[in-house]
Amino acid sequence: MSSITPGMAAWGLVTGVAMVKTGMGVPLALMMSLLVFAGSAQLATMPLIATGAPLWVVWATALCVNLRFVIFSAAWRPYLGVYSRRQRLGIAYFCADLNYVVFMRRFPDPKPAPEHLPYLWGGAALNWVAWQVASITGILMADSVPTESGIGFAGTVALIGVTGSLLNRPATWVAAAVAASAAVAAYALPLKLNIVVAIAAALAAGLLMDHGGARWRRKTEPARPVSPVSLANPADPAAPAAKPGGDA
Amino acid sequence: MSTEWLHGALAIAGLGLITLVTRGFFLLSDSPWPMPAWLIEGLRYAPLAALVAVIAPEVIMLDGQLISTWKDARLFAAAAAIACFAWRRSVLATIVVGTSVMVALRMGLGW
Repeated sequence: MSSITPGMAAWGLVTGVAMVKTGMGVPLALMMSLLVFAGSAQLATMPLIATGAPLWVVWATALCVNLRFVIFSAAWRPYLGVYSRRQRLGIAYFCADLNYVVFMRRFPDPKPAPEHLPYLWGGAALNWVAWQVASITGILMADSVPTESGIGFAGTVALIGVTGSLLNRPATWVAAAVAASAAVAAYALPLKLNIVVAIAAALAAGLLMDHGGARWRRKTEPARPVSPVSLANPADPAAPAAKPGGDA
Repeated sequence: MSTEWLHGALAIAGLGLITLVTRGFFLLSDSPWPMPAWLIEGLRYAPLAALVAVIAPEVIMLDGQLISTWKDARLFAAAAAIACFAWRRSVLATIVVGTSVMVALRMGLGW
């Protein structure tokens, strides 16, 4: 998580600068950074708030932009359902997209375990502090930050790195290709809904790869005679390789 | 306190609540949420899909259209990032390399 943090800090910085440059004013920008803590929702609603758009428009925008969080929370449920509501709500406030991604990479088995909470809170605390420090710096020093240099791209590049660490099976490559195509094709949809479309499409593609592939392999493989040697062999190539990735 | 400020503060308070509820949507209720097995399986692809869905438009689109010229700093920065990660498998190195290429091309050549 700590190696991804510079990228997230770059995004925090750029978001902080953007909030002030859109005309929100420092007090409201600080409030937004601390209360909302959701970059994409902030970016989408800041021009609306700055121009005094109706409250329901602002809120509806955020709701749509945040829909991917609902999907993530369904994935969280099997891991976190055992904890208190206070714990769950705390996690809901502090956990950003990257905390979800690295957690799922580290713990692929959706069952509760004692090492989950320390890992989660460690990553969330680091990310929250880095983001807020960067964002507040951006808010307070908006005129001195050279955003046109492209430094904000560090966030995108960080995501590229994390994506690379997730591409560990052929099915993941297919899912990624489908997600990219869907996200670009559906880009005309407002409010980042293309992300939700891309997730749904990739889900379907991944499931098809997992199940269709298994069925195809069973049909095309010639029947192998069972020998005492192969029965005793512990290195079964057909065993699923479930290896949690290393800490980024 | 001006109405403008009040409007902004109220909007932001609402946004905070919305973000909390969306992030914790399936975590709010104490009773268990039974999910079909295919959904639990499929959700394994959600993190990857979400990342790619953010990266792809950021790199190859501009103002809602696919970029028309190869002289775009983002393409080279992304390519450098991919190459770096394929070689070193380090996210930190990837960030440094990708951002350096981006800033160099953006500031140096104006791409």
